[in-house]
Amino acid sequence: MRKIRLYIVFLVLIALLTPVAVIAAPAESSSVETIKEELQTNINIVWTCIAAFLVFFMQAGFAMVEAGFTRAKNAVNILMKNLMDFSVGTIAFFLIGFGLMFGKTNGLFGTTLFGLSGVEPGADWNWTFLIFQTVFAATAATIVSGAMAERTKFVGYLVYSFFITLFIYPIFGSWAWGGLLDGGGWLEKLGFLDFAGSTVVHSIGGWLALAGAIILGPRIGKYGPDRKPKAILGHNIPLAALGVFILWFGWFGFNPGSTTVGDGSIGYIAVTTNLSAAAGAIVAMCVSWVIMKKPDASMALNGALAGLVSITAPCDGVTPVGAIVIGAVCGVLVVSSVLFIDHVLKVDDPVGAVSVHGVCGLWGTLAAGLFNMESGLFYGGGLKQLGVQALGAGTAFVWAFGLGLILFYAISKTIGLRVTPEEELKGLDIGEHGMEAYSGFQIFTTT
Amino acid sequence: MRLIVAYIQPHKLQDVKKSLYENKVFKMSVTNALGCGEQKGYHESYRGVDFEVNLLKKVRLEIAVNEEFVDTTIDAIIEGAKTGQIGDGKIFVLELAKCIRIRTGEVGSKAIG
Repeated sequence: MRKIRLYIVFLVLIALLTPVAVIAAPAESSSVETIKEELQTNINIVWTCIAAFLVFFMQAGFAMVEAGFTRAKNAVNILMKNLMDFSVGTIAFFLIGFGLMFGKTNGLFGTTLFGLSGVEPGADWNWTFLIFQTVFAATAATIVSGAMAERTKFVGYLVYSFFITLFIYPIFGSWAWGGLLDGGGWLEKLGFLDFAGSTVVHSIGGWLALAGAIILGPRIGKYGPDRKPKAILGHNIPLAALGVFILWFGWFGFNPGSTTVGDGSIGYIAVTTNLSAAAGAIVAMCVSWVIMKKPDASMALNGALAGLVSITAPCDGVTPVGAIVIGAVCGVLVVSSVLFIDHVLKVDDPVGAVSVHGVCGLWGTLAAGLFNMESGLFYGGGLKQLGVQALGAGTAFVWAFGLGLILFYAISKTIGLRVTPEEELKGLDIGEHGMEAYSGFQIFTTT
Repeated sequence: MRLIVAYIQPHKLQDVKKSLYENKVFKMSVTNALGCGEQKGYHESYRGVDFEVNLLKKVRLEIAVNEEFVDTTIDAIIEGAKTGQIGDGKIFVLELAKCIRIRTGEVGSKAIG
């Protein structure tokens, strides 16, 4: 009897469970899909945020590079400029810039998403995207401080950094990158390739830096009466080297992060980025070794940065060998450009920002048209891609350099762009900020 | 033999070196110095607290010369260091009792030249 009862219970249980199992089977497989999707979304958010934090750390890198390559008497000023262009830029980009760049476009620029209006506070993707884009905008802004180092009035610099993140950077950005969110621009519709911003971030910053350095004029003592350039030594090469390593580290967020997707492409882009930087450093060192008879540390450091800048546009679509070639070419380019700007153009760029970011950003953008595995000239893609790249890079030059000249000229005629000669000689730390960077140390201030 | 000691503005050192070089005065010692004179100093502030800096950064040049080079050297220093503003510095000329070159043991004018 007991056996029969057990048997019945067993049958009843089976009868009860069967429909459940039948119903559960498809439900379970669709929930696996949802979970996979949700996981991927969250991985994307986590990776994009980590990348944003890495790019934020590049601010520290820029601050150290610029402080190291300039004189001790201006170190506080350089650090304040780096702190404030990020802070002012963050607010300006949040309120206006982001909307101009990524809002629904009117054909020329975005017109929605100002201050992220209409986006619920919470887990929305837009917040992740905002912090990621904010650190990019601030990178473009901070490039300029190096080229304008040691002679710029602090107030004038604050005004400049407000305007670059307010509209100069975002409007060009909307032409090339607007489609990453709600916008869309004419350059990206033409097929312009700028994966992480050789043009959008670095060239824009570099050409603005050129405009600023031209309007400012050279530092006192940079050019002798015979117009021959003189060396004004940076005061701390270890700091500059630390800055370059920090920037290199941050670039692993800058390029691989621009996928905004957590998958295998992160690793691949990290490889091409790293190869190009290494090639740039090696070649720049070799070129300086031949020209100046010694492997010059500041040129090798600039070479690494040049390699990073130039691989920024093509990093996702080139072969590893292509990445090495791109980096190697800019190793030559950065040294010759530094010498050309110093000796021929006679524009005083204390840290080489125009060469590293402007010129190598331009090369990187063109390199995407040469080395891209699908559409590049060297891979049978013809001249079309290269033409589009040249158009984009040329537009960036006209836009940033032209607006830069107007902006810096307007600042110099109103609130003033340059400090007095007395203040420049004494140092901007005391003149602008009333304190010294190295109180208690004995410093030879002879230039 | 005279010892010429000059206190100049740090940022004029390049110009002074250049004008000394042009006048064939190649030997000098340069040290950092702090000092004050007519130029009264300036204010600094640290975390909201003011303090007065009255010792200013200067550069001290010491040049030992034979008699015939004294005026040339003085003129060259003035040429390089003069701006007309207060704080340009001062030049002191001292009698030099003895001079010995360590490497050769030469004494006096030969050791200076």
